[in-house]
Amino acid sequence: MKVTIIDYGAGNVPSVERALERLGAESERTSSPEDISRAQALLLPGVGHYSALARALDEQNLRAPLVEALRRGVPFLGICLGLQVLFESSAESPEMHGLSLLAGKVCALPSNVKLPHMGWNQIAMNRESQLLAGIDPSVYFYFAHSYAAPDSNGSTSATCFHGTSFAAVVEERNIYGVQFHPEKSGEAGSRLLHNFLRLAA
Amino acid sequence: MSLAHRIIPCLDTDGTRVVKGVNFVGLRDAGDPRALAARYNKEGADELVVLDIAASRDRRPTFLETIRRVAAELSIPLTAGGGIQTLEDGRAVVRAGADKVTVNTAAVARPELISELSREFGAQAVVLAIDAKRNGRHWDVMVRGGRESASRDVVEWAREGVSLGAGEILLTSVDRDGTQIGFDTELTREISEAVTVPVIASGGAKLPKHFVDIFKEGAADAALAASIFHDGVQPIRALKEFLFKNGVEVRWPC
Repeated sequence: MKVTIIDYGAGNVPSVERALERLGAESERTSSPEDISRAQALLLPGVGHYSALARALDEQNLRAPLVEALRRGVPFLGICLGLQVLFESSAESPEMHGLSLLAGKVCALPSNVKLPHMGWNQIAMNRESQLLAGIDPSVYFYFAHSYAAPDSNGSTSATCFHGTSFAAVVEERNIYGVQFHPEKSGEAGSRLLHNFLRLAA
Repeated sequence: MSLAHRIIPCLDTDGTRVVKGVNFVGLRDAGDPRALAARYNKEGADELVVLDIAASRDRRPTFLETIRRVAAELSIPLTAGGGIQTLEDGRAVVRAGADKVTVNTAAVARPELISELSREFGAQAVVLAIDAKRNGRHWDVMVRGGRESASRDVVEWAREGVSLGAGEILLTSVDRDGTQIGFDTELTREISEAVTVPVIASGGAKLPKHFVDIFKEGAADAALAASIFHDGVQPIRALKEFLFKNGVEVRWPC
């Protein structure tokens, strides 16, 4: 099985590639709609501004093939912005549309804490999680973001707290998303990526 | 459950090799950046910073190669900088594998550089490095490797940098740098309370107690040090265990 990494120009693509390579997984990066339609497993990394990702999906005609592949059941992992774009929209650029595969809107984290939420934090598991299987509940993951998806969503399997509680891990059938960066989260992140590869195989 | 305080080793390089010196002068060789990066990644460092302190334009390609070699060893975030003058310099560093870019002297001369980088990569990728030197009851912003005063107040510059789009402040006490008498907790607290973004404290660390003090008294979000880690004077794992036992939230065991 090969993982197709959607490359819209996000800075964290090389580190995602390296993390997959260390796990012995084959990957290709693409920005072509045809490759997305053909993919066996999809990974959408993201970092930076929401509008850059939402705009790239439209300008490069990736939105339709991506939604179609996810509806068809192709295993998908969204990282950081790649999780946020699964929802309807984001307060970071309210005029743009998300993929609306999950209900709810991405909001700014509250201003009574330091932003960006940057560094290593723990998560609280809400329910059984396939992505987090075998991972010690006390481990830390690396976060770097100022906006977050609501934890009230039925697909949230783990939450994190920084000024407010938000979705750290979402799982809905074949659709997985993590707000933190597994490719930057040492052993724990590597284990999570390993779990995704196993689920996708 | 809350955000852990970060321990960040810093590799000061001449572009190729890790070097060390006191108060920014008297440099000597301290090792291979890739080997040190691999060691810190394994020992539980929370991030890594790699700087080109020579920052000469003609040796830039060598430094970019160093970033690539270091990034290949890491499963933790990497910050790189030194001599970043333009958006294009920042792009080159990110393309080479850095997650964040630090700007210093060039941002003082042309603050829009911060906005340009922030618009392209997001605030979380832009670290404003400030070298601070005490001047009476204030601190002056120092530039050109801490040698020259920019005649600006550190608190005011930190606030401006954040409003322009910096997502983090790397605050170095020029007075303490290399002295090993402890971080400047007063300076760090003042800046940490003045800005809304995380602050990384740097300069003066030696003992584990210095790290407890900078987190508890100095309100730092992260602490950076170089030679005490390179020389093995202070193993990272033991430092984090000490912090944990002293009630500082850290990623431990790691």
